[in-house]
Amino acid sequence: MSRVIRRWEFILVVLLAAVFVIMSRLSPYFLDVRNLFDATLHFTEKAIIALCMTMIVITGNVDLSVASNMAMSAAVMGIAFRSGMGIGAAAGLCLLVGTLGGLFNGFVITRFKLPAMVVTLATFSLFRGIAYVLLGNQAVTGYPYQFSDLGQGYFAGTIIPNQLVFFAVLAVIFGFVLHKTTFGRYIYAVGSNEDACRYSGVPVDRIKLILFTISGLISSFAAVLLTSRILSTRPNIAQGYELEVITAVVLGGVSINGGSGTMLGVVLSLFLIGFTRFGMSLLNVPAQVMTVLIGCLLICAILLPKLVDRFAQRSAKRA
Amino acid sequence: MIQITPHKRQLLLRILARREMSLLIFTLVLIAAVSIYSPRFFSVTNFNDILLNAAILAVAAIGQMMVVVTGGIDLSVGSGLALCGMLAGLIYKNGYALHPLLALLLGGLTGLVLGSINGILVSKAGVPPIIATLGTMSIYRGLIFITAKGQWVSAHEMPDSFIHLARGRILGIPNLIFITIFFYVVFYYFLTHLKPGREIYAVGGNAEAARVAGINVDRIKYAVYTISGFLYGLCGVLWVSRFASAQSDSATGFEFSTVTAIVIGGVSVFGGTGRITGVLLGAILISIVENALSVTQISPFWQLAIQGFIILLAVVVDAVMKNRDRKTVVRGQQA
Repeated sequence: MSRVIRRWEFILVVLLAAVFVIMSRLSPYFLDVRNLFDATLHFTEKAIIALCMTMIVITGNVDLSVASNMAMSAAVMGIAFRSGMGIGAAAGLCLLVGTLGGLFNGFVITRFKLPAMVVTLATFSLFRGIAYVLLGNQAVTGYPYQFSDLGQGYFAGTIIPNQLVFFAVLAVIFGFVLHKTTFGRYIYAVGSNEDACRYSGVPVDRIKLILFTISGLISSFAAVLLTSRILSTRPNIAQGYELEVITAVVLGGVSINGGSGTMLGVVLSLFLIGFTRFGMSLLNVPAQVMTVLIGCLLICAILLPKLVDRFAQRSAKRA
Repeated sequence: MIQITPHKRQLLLRILARREMSLLIFTLVLIAAVSIYSPRFFSVTNFNDILLNAAILAVAAIGQMMVVVTGGIDLSVGSGLALCGMLAGLIYKNGYALHPLLALLLGGLTGLVLGSINGILVSKAGVPPIIATLGTMSIYRGLIFITAKGQWVSAHEMPDSFIHLARGRILGIPNLIFITIFFYVVFYYFLTHLKPGREIYAVGGNAEAARVAGINVDRIKYAVYTISGFLYGLCGVLWVSRFASAQSDSATGFEFSTVTAIVIGGVSVFGGTGRITGVLLGAILISIVENALSVTQISPFWQLAIQGFIILLAVVVDAVMKNRDRKTVVRGQQA
């Protein structure tokens, strides 16, 4: 029992329950199934990126370029569409560009043995810069109406948004790969001790290359969804997403130093942050105040377990 | 005729291999190329502009550099800077006639407090630097909006004496340049000649060894974030004075510019190494690129992409050089 309580996922469930109780007290509009489902639309794109980010952070790396990659691949898609390409082909091109962007990150990181944070910090500027070079201060609009179904529509006549279905399917796949396959075990191993992995024949570089490439692919998929939801492309879309995604991953109990964390924890923390934001927006809390609260949440998420540990150690010593 | 002994040649090679040297050569080539393309670039007023634009970045980058040398990172630079600047702006907006130097000091002290929060989180609470400063980055940015209630402070709400702080000149040289030189001299001396300065490198090189050697690692870590805060606090006030406006979104992404400047300047992101002279050159190079784009009338939208490309180039060249060094050493041992 005490092991269950000490688990981070349990704390997240309690927090999520607390958010539901408090918010439904404060606003009569919160506990409405349709509202709650629609609220997920505001964070599913970030949530999808968080799935791959979870794996990357567990290996002890980080990908800061995800949002910029979204902008770059969306810009290419916008340009392709504007010059007369069909929307399907343009979306395919978007996925291709995003994947290449991710592959580029992975290649530079593994080939030159550089820290992922530095390389993706560089491509954070580079990819966003390419988006600006391609689009300038223009926006691409006029996407066909049917295209909006992908990001705005609902699944087969229900009230479940398509985006949430995409997220659910991907979350199951990523969770399965992380927790039930050899590749997943390797991800933890690389995060715990990369050198030991290399000596025991784990293909560390190939794992990193694959993860960063998938991160690129997933980012460009999120870019397609975002474009479909807002039906326009600007070079400044998705700005700051990388920070929100990393916040969610860390709040989900993934150690930023690598080696530990679960997909379930990240999914719970995504919903926790998403519904907290939704509840506060119902209460007309300004976005900037939410930013402050999310920042505090991030620091507390790291601080609390440490303080609890320290307190436990101290009382154990005294006993 | 000068005899080049092997020893001298090695020395020459070492000087050429220093980051500052290659950076200087690269910068000069860039200046020459841009000047040929657009003669307007090569003028005293334009170089003055370039240095002025580099000044604030250069000062804030000193703090970032010290943090990175200890193996950390300070992502709160942009929002902390804007928060300190906004506080100074709000004081004037509310009609207090504060002496500009006092405003500068106040900004520095506010930054000191903001920076020491990062320092406590990292050194005492053991929160990883990237997380701690990512968190305070959002918090400080949000606080700007809350304290200013979403309003801006614009030029007509500030006294001339305050705007003069960053825009004025002493003996024909802009104040900002004086301030920058002052901080570079002070921190050059601090980092190369004083014990705490050397301890910063020791902590970044090998924290465990530093601890065993009797260095108070936690205190050094606390100190670098606090110093970084103090510097970006000052920069925030200078920023508001220079641009004569304080907005809730000013200096967004500025932390990335400081990281770019230090990485270009040869500071290792693994911690432990890096020279302040390189940081200054890095900041100036960024400013030159920015200026060259506007002078040559290439779209300013290239700025971000070029900045990213330069960081990438700098770190890849570093990595290749390091690998080659290692190979030479191994070969030397075998011989």
